[in-house]
Amino acid sequence: MSFISNDIIIDKYLRKDMLPTIFCTGCGIGSVMNFSLRAIHDLNIDMNKTVFVSGIGCSSRVPGYIYSDGLHSLHGRAIAYATGVKLANPELKVIVFTGDGDCGAIGGNHFLHAIRRNVDITVISINNFIYGMTGGQVAPTTPLKSKTTTTPYGNIEYPIDLSMTAKVIGAPYVARWTTAHPVQCINSIKKALQKTGFSFVEVLSPCPTSYGRLNKMGTALDLTKHFKESTINIKLYEKMLAEGKTTDKMVIGELVDIEKEDFNTKYKRFCGELK
Amino acid sequence: MTNDVIRLLGKKNLFIQGDDAVVYGALIADCRFFAGYPITPATEVAEGMALWMPRLGGVYVQMEDEIASIAAVIGASCTGVKSMTATSGPGFSLMQECIGYSCMAEIPCVIVNVQRGGPSTGQPTEAAQGDVMQAMWGTHGDHQIIALAPKSVQETLDLTIEAFNLSEDYRVPVILLLDAEIGHMREKVVLPEIINVKVDDRVPATIGPDKYRPYRTGFTRTSKVPEFAPFGSGYRTYVTGLTHDKRGFPVTTSAEVHEELVRRLVEKVQDDMDIIWYHEDSFLEDAEIIVVSYGTTARPAVSAVKMARKNGIKVGHIRLITIWPFHYEKMKEVLKNAHTVIVPEMNLGQMVHPIREAVGKNTKVISAPKIGGAIHTPYDILKFIEGDKN
Ligand SMILES: Cc1ncc(C[n+]2csc(CCOP(=O)(O)OP(=O)(O)O)c2C)c(N)n1
Ligand code: SF4
Ligand SMILES: [Mg+2]
Repeated sequence: MSFISNDIIIDKYLRKDMLPTIFCTGCGIGSVMNFSLRAIHDLNIDMNKTVFVSGIGCSSRVPGYIYSDGLHSLHGRAIAYATGVKLANPELKVIVFTGDGDCGAIGGNHFLHAIRRNVDITVISINNFIYGMTGGQVAPTTPLKSKTTTTPYGNIEYPIDLSMTAKVIGAPYVARWTTAHPVQCINSIKKALQKTGFSFVEVLSPCPTSYGRLNKMGTALDLTKHFKESTINIKLYEKMLAEGKTTDKMVIGELVDIEKEDFNTKYKRFCGELK
Repeated sequence: MTNDVIRLLGKKNLFIQGDDAVVYGALIADCRFFAGYPITPATEVAEGMALWMPRLGGVYVQMEDEIASIAAVIGASCTGVKSMTATSGPGFSLMQECIGYSCMAEIPCVIVNVQRGGPSTGQPTEAAQGDVMQAMWGTHGDHQIIALAPKSVQETLDLTIEAFNLSEDYRVPVILLLDAEIGHMREKVVLPEIINVKVDDRVPATIGPDKYRPYRTGFTRTSKVPEFAPFGSGYRTYVTGLTHDKRGFPVTTSAEVHEELVRRLVEKVQDDMDIIWYHEDSFLEDAEIIVVSYGTTARPAVSAVKMARKNGIKVGHIRLITIWPFHYEKMKEVLKNAHTVIVPEMNLGQMVHPIREAVGKNTKVISAPKIGGAIHTPYDILKFIEGDKN
């Protein structure tokens, strides 16, 4: 784990002429960007050979601030664009930033199929449980009963669990943390970046401007505290299960870490066999 | 590369269908990435690419839908690899948002639309020319794409190569508009002599990464097309579909930045209209009636014009090969001596509109539509010519 200063991160990795960011005060997206860059720094990843891809949304603005190649695609399409980049040039490291709506609603199908194909990309999904950019409408991740501008009487739809979906479809690396878990989060992003195949890191992140305000949940700090309280570490959870107990809390931690041959490796091997 | 392809294909003379001609044209043009989703009558393009890409060091991938297909094609093209997808009406509709992205971010790509009867799922196996307006105006906002319409299998191969060249030259999506008739029709095709094949590549960045601006034009040439630095080349470019400045950074509320960008996107193509406006004509000298056709419809149109000439009618023919951009000036010029213009189309009248606009009120412009799948017979068109000889 690196304990280098923010100044070094800013100096080495950010496009200074793009700053300041569009993120609201207290927004968690900046933290996730910070965690990601620290992971990249620790792994000494070549930024000349790294492409950040995103869709549309507050979370999808992250690549704009990073000094590397960046592809700010369309709402929901980040993973499909990233698939093209990675398949066309396997030497590039491809990292996707996507919101919970971008990844789970409009882009849900690309999410499933990139996992199925096991495309060698790392997807970092910033889950703020709402559509931040458009002013706080219901997202596929919004908890039951939560208020959003389009669920003024409370949400009646069951939310999707992005990480569990990734696990079920067969992603070789899946982890979920909150912005209140910087160390764990950085470690998981590092593992994700080192994994060959589809790796997924979901970070629960406060959107005080919309989710917090509409649900009267207080400041960003209160929201972070709420995330911490409403989640349970996988190790504890498994212990509970063994004891025959259950919980409504969202499971966090490292959820999958297996080896699985990725698309590019398979494709290259099969092309070689044709010759 | 091109040499390898022609050698691999073996024979020089082939008897193939239009969809296969697209594949061979793409291989010769150095296309090395194909992403698609099966749909009649374009599936054979995907099947051909699935066969050839792995043998030529390229990538074939069947995506989960057409949106993913064009998205992957654009992503691949960002790395500098020439990329293509092929579809038909329903898939073409799904691709529209990404086609706009390709226009806005200036990422070259070739989209083949083997047209079938619509709207909706319509007539999967029947030919149509119903997507002509959609090709130009299917995506939102002001923009300019290029669309080409071949009339034979040979021309399908040649225009596929040209589609890639234009896409690379202008950094725009180029749409190759086939229809089910040509897509599935078998004809003799002669592969081009290697020496005669012109394969263009997008102009690379010629200035160092410190001075390079992804959307600044005029570094080395006067063209309005910016120079390209592929992902991974160390130039660290940011590509966005938002309105952006010359650095590629989003600037979304400035009227000046938006107008300058969007005007350039349109003008970079339209400024070269004289160069990219491909067409063919016959019997125009003394023509009082002119038939304007494109694609498959040109075949019966030519026959009809010849038959009418035999009957002593002063009729000429012009075939649009480049259907977008539409060359208003040239069309006005070419059609100025005709009192009547007849536009046979396998739709209820689409290309007839810009033609009407080009000639003005003093010329009669008649739409000769045919829908349902069968192509016009020469008599279908002759009827309109004869009906109007006085
Ligand atoms: C095709 C399309 N539909 C809708 C929108 C409007 N839109 C922009 S961002 C967004 C939701 C963003 O939510 P999320 O993905 O969760 O990202 P966040 O802003 O919360 O980080 C929507 C609906 C769009 N840009 N494109
Ligand atoms: S709206 Fe919410 S998610 Fe978007 S920047 Fe503001 S706090 Fe962050
Ligand atoms: Mg969100």
